[in-house]
Amino acid sequence: MDDSTVFTEKTTDSVSKIFNVDEVRADFPILSRMVKEKPLVYLDNAATTQKPQAVIDSIVHYYTYENANIHRGLHFLSELATESYENARLKVKEFINAMSASEIVFVRGATEAINLVASSLCRANYFGDGDEIILTEMEHHANIVPWQLLCERKNLKIRVIPIDDNGDLDMDTFKSMVNEKTKLVSVVHISNSLGTINPVKEIINYSHEHDIPVLLDGSQSTPHIKVDVQELDCDYFVFSGHKVFAPTGIGVLYGKTFRLDDLPPYQGGGDMIRKVTFEETTFNDLPHKFEAGTPNIEGGIALGTAIDYLSQFDREVLSNYEDKLLKYATAKLSEIDGLKIIGTAKEKASVVSFIIEGIHPYDIGTLLDTYGIAIRTGHHCTQPIMQRYKLPATARASFTFYNTLEEVDRLVEGLLRVKKMFS
Amino acid sequence: MNIIEAQEKIVNEFEDIQDWEEKYAYIIKLGKSLSEYPEEFREEKFKVSGCQSQVWIHAGVKDGKVVFDADSDAMIVKGLIAILLRVYSGHKPSEIISASPDFLKKIGIDNHLSPTRKNGLSSMLKQIQMYALAYKTILEK
Repeated sequence: MDDSTVFTEKTTDSVSKIFNVDEVRADFPILSRMVKEKPLVYLDNAATTQKPQAVIDSIVHYYTYENANIHRGLHFLSELATESYENARLKVKEFINAMSASEIVFVRGATEAINLVASSLCRANYFGDGDEIILTEMEHHANIVPWQLLCERKNLKIRVIPIDDNGDLDMDTFKSMVNEKTKLVSVVHISNSLGTINPVKEIINYSHEHDIPVLLDGSQSTPHIKVDVQELDCDYFVFSGHKVFAPTGIGVLYGKTFRLDDLPPYQGGGDMIRKVTFEETTFNDLPHKFEAGTPNIEGGIALGTAIDYLSQFDREVLSNYEDKLLKYATAKLSEIDGLKIIGTAKEKASVVSFIIEGIHPYDIGTLLDTYGIAIRTGHHCTQPIMQRYKLPATARASFTFYNTLEEVDRLVEGLLRVKKMFS
Repeated sequence: MNIIEAQEKIVNEFEDIQDWEEKYAYIIKLGKSLSEYPEEFREEKFKVSGCQSQVWIHAGVKDGKVVFDADSDAMIVKGLIAILLRVYSGHKPSEIISASPDFLKKIGIDNHLSPTRKNGLSSMLKQIQMYALAYKTILEK
């Protein structure tokens, strides 16, 4: 197993740091803590990721040396804070390869980003009576409920691309759903409960052939794969900072310039205006017209640091390592009698949802916790998926590049102990 | 046995168990010993919301005392229910209402009580109190 820890394969970028899992683990202080007197095994990365010391330090550094309100002050600190914050926006632009930094809107997270698009499209009167929005059966509630709220206000219809038993999208049905009433396709890039990597390029191309814009929920794709929004050609792309090793409370809405130009502001307040009189207000340029009020400055800066941290590695090497963890976990878990993996799509990220015959996921999660192993149990905010598989809940282990094959072994040992307790 | 005595008895049973795994093994054992839930009460209206697992609690009255039946599809939750029922079932509504849940802390399962933890020990406790309150109103009318 120790052969897995060092990846020295040829990298595309000669300056990339060589990935060594032991060294990487040392960058994340929380990973060395004990839980219930056992070394922590953190396998809930699809819910949130742990933070490298550099990210933690950047928050402390900001408040120790740079804190001031941004964009408006002339003084030294204000300019410093503004520069750090706007520099972070540039890093996000590079991270997802947007055309321009003005296409990057800082928000609280993916949820707020989708709500922003939904709300602003609505107020732009983008949708007409009886128009349709296409989602998938595997959406997170964050990409269902904002559209449902919209449906209550407009007479909109949500159409859902079904999945097969493996968790792959039924693309033929998708294509047959697209019609002149379809106004938006909003789909998850990688499923948080099944791990499915969706054929988003195909979805985007087909939608664009019919002049339909596409929103991608990249909450699970940004931590696992290199995202290039220009290559994908998606119209909107959203993700949360806390799932890419940055703090909570910061996230990103990317939109093509003409898409964002077409949207009215989401919230009103300071920083988003150009001129205010009591009769009329004119709005600031992109992206500031969507950023009302004092933003999460240290969150934005720390997101930039998290991107720096990720970018020192060849992302493909990290993806390959995660793929190795996924394959190993899938093989090992499959050997457990009575265990069934939910989500066996052709293309998968390192997320394994499973059930064990006769043992409720709640019991599995509670007992694994006593062994210091953190997994997720429940519906993972994807209740339609649970209904699809006729399950009340699943247990889910989600891996990232700081996890090890030994941790997979600890999970398997833990599950065998759980099984023994129920035998 | 009154409620306080029942609480003390359970606290004593857990006293010597230090290891988490053993504690849960005992809770599972208690769950297995829970008397069977009457199928006619397996209805939506008896379900407790706010639980990650499914939980049913039904309350009836016998000789002026509230008698509970309960069930869950998760075995640890069923064990937690068994603990609650041993304490609260078969007592007068006013006794149930005034009983303190502090014994759960002494057992060391109060981590399950956090209202933000969606496993519903707090929801179950609240439901039991609600039933007691409802029967108090009916019985003392």
